[in-house]
Amino acid sequence: MTTGLRIAFLPLTDAAVLVAARERGFAEEEGIALDLVRTTSWATLRDRLVFGQVQAAHMLAPLAVAVTLGLSQQPAALAAPYKLNVNGNMLVMACDFAKALEQAIASRLADPLGTAHDFAAAIGLWRRKPVIGVVHRFSSHAIMLRYWLASAGVDPDRDVVLRVLPPSLTVEAMHAGEIDGFIAGEPWGSAAVEAGLAETVAIGERIWRRGVEKVLAFRESWLEENPQTVDRLLRALVRAAAWCDDPAHRDDLTHLLARPDYVDQPAYLIDRALSGTLVARAGEPSIVSPDFMLFGREATPFPWRSQALWIYSQLVRWGMVDHDPDMAARAGAVFRPDIFRRALADSNVSMPGASMKLEGAVAAPLAVGSRRGELTLGPDSFFDKRVFDPERIDEFLSGFAPLR
Amino acid sequence: MRIVIIDDSGLRASVLEEGLHEAGYDDIHIVPPRGGFVARLERMAPDVVLMDLGSPSRDTLEEMLTVSRALARPIAMFVDQSDEAMIGAAIDAGVSAYVVDGLRKERVKPVLELAVRRFNAFAKIQSELEEARSALSDRKIIDRAKSILMNQRSLSEQDAYALLRTAAMNQGKKIVEVAQALITASDLLGGGL
Repeated sequence: MTTGLRIAFLPLTDAAVLVAARERGFAEEEGIALDLVRTTSWATLRDRLVFGQVQAAHMLAPLAVAVTLGLSQQPAALAAPYKLNVNGNMLVMACDFAKALEQAIASRLADPLGTAHDFAAAIGLWRRKPVIGVVHRFSSHAIMLRYWLASAGVDPDRDVVLRVLPPSLTVEAMHAGEIDGFIAGEPWGSAAVEAGLAETVAIGERIWRRGVEKVLAFRESWLEENPQTVDRLLRALVRAAAWCDDPAHRDDLTHLLARPDYVDQPAYLIDRALSGTLVARAGEPSIVSPDFMLFGREATPFPWRSQALWIYSQLVRWGMVDHDPDMAARAGAVFRPDIFRRALADSNVSMPGASMKLEGAVAAPLAVGSRRGELTLGPDSFFDKRVFDPERIDEFLSGFAPLR
Repeated sequence: MRIVIIDDSGLRASVLEEGLHEAGYDDIHIVPPRGGFVARLERMAPDVVLMDLGSPSRDTLEEMLTVSRALARPIAMFVDQSDEAMIGAAIDAGVSAYVVDGLRKERVKPVLELAVRRFNAFAKIQSELEEARSALSDRKIIDRAKSILMNQRSLSEQDAYALLRTAAMNQGKKIVEVAQALITASDLLGGGL
C-alpha cells in the first residue's frame, strides 16, 4: 500500500536528502509517494506545517524549537526525529567591507576568532553600522552569526543591523546595496561571490564543526498517530542520505537540485557545497572544506537532544525566551532520538547509545559506543573551544561576558 | 480601518482593492514588497496587513512585526487562530493576514473572507487565461500539421484532421502531440511549410 506524504521545503542545497528520496526511489521502496512542496519563505513553510497543509517540513532547527515554545506565531508542539544535514552555511560580506579583513582568504577562514576581531575593527571603519542579512530570527545562521560576533565583543543587537530576508532575495539585495553582507545556506553565498558582489568571511563548519542545521519537523500529534509511516519515511531518508554522501552520485544529485522545481540555480554553484570546494573570492582557486555539508555519515541524522538544548541556550542568551526548567524541557523534547531508534531498530545503521552528549567536546574523530557496529563521531568543537553541557545550561550561559 | 495590501502582482492587488472598496472600505494602500517596504509600512500604521502567502518577503514582514515599536503590539496571524476552516481557506487561497492587536476580530473577518474570495477568483481567471492561451497555440499547431498533410498527401482538410485524430487515438496521445511530432518530422526532412 502506498501512502502519500506532503513535505514542504525551501529551495536550498540542503533539501538534497528529500529530493533524492523522491527522485531516486528511496521513498517509493518504502511505499511512500512523496510530494515535495516548494515554498519561498520560512513563515509559509511553518504555517503549512502548523495548519496541516503538509505532514512534514525541511525546517530550520531553531524554528522548530521556537514554534514549540510559542515564539513564532501560532504555537504548536513540533517534533524532529531526523536531522537532514549538519553545516552548510557561510557568511559573505561586500568586497569593500572585506578589505579590512585578512586578505589571504584561506588564513581568514581557518582562523574564525582572529577574523571575528578583524570584523569588529572593520565595523569601526565602515561608514555606518553594517547591515547583515539573515534568513530568519530563528535560523541556525542567525544564532551562529550572533555567537561568532559576540566572541569579539560585538553586540549583534547594537553594533550591527541584522535584517531578515529570504535566501532567494539575498543576491538581489546585495546588488541594490540594501545589505552589506549576509549569512545563508548554499548556494546563495556562492551566487553572491560568483557575481563579484561579496567574498567569504566565515564558513559555518569552522565556527561549529558539526553545526545543527535543518531538521525534518512534524506536528507532534501527527507523528504520534502515524508511527508506521514515520518509520518508513525515516528508513527511506537514511538510505537517501547515504546516497547523497557518496561522491559517485554527486553529479546526478547536483543536476537534480539545479532543476527549476527544486533549487533553480546553476549546477556548478550547487556543486560547491556538495563537493566542499568553495570559491571564496571570484576568480580565485577554490578552498577545500570536505565537511562543508554532511547528510548521512557519522550518524548525522541522529537528533541529539543536547543539540536542541544548545539552540535553547542561545535563545535564552539573546533574550528571546525566558529561562525556566519547563521551557528547557519542552525545547529539549523537540528532538526525538527515541523515534529515530525505533524506526531504524531493524536496520544496520549504527547509532549512538546515548541521547545527549557534551557538545563541542570531540576534537578529533572519536569511536563511540553504538548499538551495533562501529560509529565514529566527527570533531564537533566550537571555534572558541567552549563545551556545552546540556545539564548545566546556567553555568554555560554565565560563562559569556556581558556585552553591555 | 486602514488596510495595506502587500503584493507583487499589480493586477491581483487591484482586484482585491476594488473588492474592498465595493464593500465600503476606503482606506486601502498597496505596497509592493521591494526595497524599503518595511519602513513604508511602518509609517502607514495599518490596522490590517494582507499579504500573498507565496511572497518570499513574508519573513521580512514578520520580523518587522516582531520588533516594531511603531505598530503597537505585534500582530496575530490570521483572524482567529481557532477558526481552522478559515485558516485552511486562507492558505488554500494563498493569502495571509496580519492584524494589529486590539482590533476586534469580528471587524476583520469579513476583510479576510473577501480577500480569500478575491484571491481565488483571481487564480481562476489566471488559469482560464492560461488555458485559453494554450488552446490557441494548440489550434495553430494542428492547423499547420493539417496543411502539411493536405500538401504532401493531397488530402482534404477534413481527411487530414481525421488522419491526425486516428493516429492520436491509436497511440493514446493528444492530437496536438501527434501534430507537433508531424511538424518536427517534416521540418527535419526539409519539407516544412
